[in-house]
Amino acid sequence: MTILTFTLILLGGAFLAGLLGSLTGLGGGVVIIPLLTLGFHVDIRYAIGTALIAAIATSSGSASAYVKEGITNIRLGMFLEIATTTGAVAGALLAVYMPTSFVAVIFGVVLIVSALLSARPKSSHLETADKSRLARQLHLNGSYPTPTGTVAYKVTRVPGGYLVMTIAGVLSGLLGIGSGALKVLAMDNMMRVPFKVSTTTSNFMIGVTAAASAVVYLQRGYIDPGLCLPVVLGVLAGALGGTRILARANTKWLRLTFCVVITLLALQMIYNGITGKL
Amino acid sequence: MKRLFSKNYWADRDVQILLGTLLRYGVIVSSIVVMLGGVIYLFRHGQEAPEYHAFAGPNDRWDNLPAILRGMWHGHGMEIIQLGVVMLIATPIARIVFSVLAFFIEKDYLYVGITLVVLGVIMFSMIGGLGG
Repeated sequence: MTILTFTLILLGGAFLAGLLGSLTGLGGGVVIIPLLTLGFHVDIRYAIGTALIAAIATSSGSASAYVKEGITNIRLGMFLEIATTTGAVAGALLAVYMPTSFVAVIFGVVLIVSALLSARPKSSHLETADKSRLARQLHLNGSYPTPTGTVAYKVTRVPGGYLVMTIAGVLSGLLGIGSGALKVLAMDNMMRVPFKVSTTTSNFMIGVTAAASAVVYLQRGYIDPGLCLPVVLGVLAGALGGTRILARANTKWLRLTFCVVITLLALQMIYNGITGKL
Repeated sequence: MKRLFSKNYWADRDVQILLGTLLRYGVIVSSIVVMLGGVIYLFRHGQEAPEYHAFAGPNDRWDNLPAILRGMWHGHGMEIIQLGVVMLIATPIARIVFSVLAFFIEKDYLYVGITLVVLGVIMFSMIGGLGG
């Protein structure tokens, strides 16, 4: 295979990954790593570096739309970015010293958990009791527009959310993924932030989190221009297409199918990790 | 111009919409640079065989900015692509830098501090000698 065909096939694969990633909310990066390692036998360190760059591209490209609608809680995102960036730097350093087969197994496990998290029904809670002093002091409580008017919400369990966010950051830096599912879990389940605010704020944070570990990866040689070329362009185009379709398609079945596919890929990654093939 | 410095103009969401636009333009410009470098790279090396099975470690042609700029100057495709990638990484970091300013104008000094901490963590990973 020549570099030209390799690049074109990857471009197509990355486009599909970006499309499915944005339709299901899991992000394109989660499919990029199995695609590169299982499909093209690319070293997992190159795959991780490339996927992280793709995560920055999709997050930065789409975050602006939600900020405009006023759904994103910017102060909450900024405060929690302290947790995710410190975690991400730690994760990037951990990645350097951890055996790649071990990284592959962790990746597989995180992938399955993410798929399960995104397959569960969306919660629709709304916390209105002002219980957290810390949330008040940090101005984390907010409001967001809904079809029936502006809804105010309160944020609770700030330290717990901060802790889960740190773990999300470590995984992001270790595995080269946006770990959006875990970020949503921290805000939605832990801090009782409304689901829509959680997902958009998570997306707002992914770029900054990924940038913190990307600069370490860059110096370590994980980021290869020859791989970034098709993957970044493909995933971006796919994500753009995905948001167009998202507005009118019923994605329930698609989401379910994608979760099954991801689980199979994850099992393959775990198997290859254990048998030492990755 | 006077409008730019009044507090109302820099109301929370307006600034963030501005920063969101900055983010989007950052992505567009970096993708164009990646695409340009890609065309040169594929034109010159398209018929060679890809080599990604084994991890080769840092490549001193594109693991630091001076080398990337030198390669770009000589019209090397790989370095031009990497320049686009570096611009992409810089985009969210630029948003953090401008957010410091935005919170400062809003006189929200608590968040000036919080944003500076985030920026500090990123700076540490950049120049803290973590590259090994």
